Amino acid sequence: MIEVENISKAYGETRAVQDVSLSVEAGELFGLIGPDGAGKTTLFKILVTLLLPDAGRATVAGRDVVKDFRALRSMVGYMPGRFSLYPDLSVEENLHFFATVFGTTIAANYNLIREIYVQLEPFKNRRAGALSGGMKQKLALCCALIHKPEVLFLDEPTTGVDAVSRKEFWEMLGSLKKRGLTILVSTPYMDEASLCDRIALMQTGKLLAIDTPSGVEKLFKKPLFAVKANDTYRLIQDLRQAPFTITCYAFGEFLHLTTRDGFSEQQIAHYLAERQHQAVEIRPIEAGIEDSFMDLMQHG
Amino acid sequence: MKRFLAFVKKEFFHILRDRRTLLILFGMPLAMVLLFGFALTNEIKNAKIAVLDLDHGPHSRQITDRLLSSGYFQLIQNLNASRDIEPAFRRGKVKLVVVFPPNFSQDFARNDTEAQVQLLADASEQNTAISLTNYATNIIQNYKSEQAPPGTVAPMQIDVQPRMVFNPELRGAFVFVPGVMAMVLLLVSALMTSVTIAREKEMGTMEVLMVSPLSQLQILFGKVLPYLLLSFINGCVIIALGVFLLGIPLNGSLLLLLAETLLFTFLSLSLGLLISTIADTQLVAMFASLLVLLMPTIFLSGFIFPIESMPRFLQFVSNIIPAKYFIEIVKGIMIKGIGLDLLWKPTLLLLGMSAFLMAVSLRNLKPRLNQ
Repeated sequence: MIEVENISKAYGETRAVQDVSLSVEAGELFGLIGPDGAGKTTLFKILVTLLLPDAGRATVAGRDVVKDFRALRSMVGYMPGRFSLYPDLSVEENLHFFATVFGTTIAANYNLIREIYVQLEPFKNRRAGALSGGMKQKLALCCALIHKPEVLFLDEPTTGVDAVSRKEFWEMLGSLKKRGLTILVSTPYMDEASLCDRIALMQTGKLLAIDTPSGVEKLFKKPLFAVKANDTYRLIQDLRQAPFTITCYAFGEFLHLTTRDGFSEQQIAHYLAERQHQAVEIRPIEAGIEDSFMDLMQHG
Repeated sequence: MKRFLAFVKKEFFHILRDRRTLLILFGMPLAMVLLFGFALTNEIKNAKIAVLDLDHGPHSRQITDRLLSSGYFQLIQNLNASRDIEPAFRRGKVKLVVVFPPNFSQDFARNDTEAQVQLLADASEQNTAISLTNYATNIIQNYKSEQAPPGTVAPMQIDVQPRMVFNPELRGAFVFVPGVMAMVLLLVSALMTSVTIAREKEMGTMEVLMVSPLSQLQILFGKVLPYLLLSFINGCVIIALGVFLLGIPLNGSLLLLLAETLLFTFLSLSLGLLISTIADTQLVAMFASLLVLLMPTIFLSGFIFPIESMPRFLQFVSNIIPAKYFIEIVKGIMIKGIGLDLLWKPTLLLLGMSAFLMAVSLRNLKPRLNQ
């Protein structure tokens, strides 16, 4: 559904997207994961025909994003990273406006948005600017869906949204996927990556890996331990100086410690006991997406 | 078409729901017309004068009465000696002192060329001083010619009788109202359109609009249409205020005036479009409108400063200021009562300018983001 071949884009000296290629199947929920400044938004803008790539080519739903941009514009749904509806128009007026602009009506495609819109309906006369963050995103999603697009582009839809609304939002994406919609979504949150069918990890304009979430986790080959002690700050200092350590990052209450091959839990425990750490917990763990991403970033 | 209308409707919502926009749209023109029409006038009314009458004769008294009954002057002090004149000026209230020398009435009665009246004016406000002495001189000359017995006019004495055509009372409003009209239309149309387009760019809604079947042209014209309508209403309100409140005559065709107003509104809007194709933020749009449009319109259109007395270079520049032609047209229609047969030239120029600006802004339009 989306084919990207060697796309590059630079703003002056800044190379925002460098030689990116990827392909998204029809009906797939594809995640573009990466920190701020990775080039996710630029890639999105190229795919929704807002920017011209410097090099490479891309097609969405079989249409070239440069040559067929007119036709493409009525076939995609686009939700930019910033809230981009009219704050002085009511919920209903916003939706009505976008429906009419795309040559359709709310009634015609109501079944597509019903699940989401029922939550908004009690506030349909409220100005969009007065909605909460989560409600705004739901309305923006409705507006992007109202013309029944073939591909949905969601640029960081959950940034700045509370945890509950984030969860709800991803549930909605899941049910939209079931209806056969192709969705490309970007996010800086690693925990959302596991909810996608496939993900592409992106950093400073380059793709680091494309795989399923579990495939990405399996890219991590080194021994990994979760370590905890009562003085986390001193623990991280000591572990980073340990002879067996490759990397050590804080992950919530635990530290994730990557070691060279051939070191056991006992050896780590012994090293920490020598340094008077109390209440030490050590256990080997499977790598998560974030571990893989950190590792890829180190070597990418 | 349905799409376009939905867009226009949305634009009306924006305008009607934003108090600031409404204030600029309807408050500003009203305030400007009233300010320029009533407060900011350079006409003379009730100027404070003092009289030093060393003659105490019938003619000095009658001339003083004439001066005071004209409405231009108001007597606030009778002086007794010439040494009182300077202190009177110093205190700042007196703008003009009229001095009748001793034996003035006798000299006047003999029709002696020796009969003299001295006018002393406070020239720290030079324009007022010139106007005051002119008015006073006129009144005294009139009195003199009335008093002279028929057939006794001295040989070689040339009597100048100026007549102010089209605006006999020299009313300032006649000059200001067309200027204010040009300014308000330009400001409202150009500034508002460019700012509102820049606002969509700033808010990110422009991105969403671009990724839709709406063409750039539909977006821009959807922006322009409501403002064209509202500006035109504004123009009509200003004309009505000028005619009914400020007493400006409407000697020519109202239809022609409205058509020309519409033309100038359209021109202003194309200027606004041009600015908006360049400006990406509301601030830039605002500055561009004020700097490129407002300043030249105020200073170079002949609205406040006469073009004839400008340096050559500025006179040349004034030729590309659209407001100059519009002011010429409005004055022509309203005050002189002339028609298209005499105004075709500025009308054609405005038409040409609109076409040119529209063409340039359409050429500047790109279907993608600037980068």
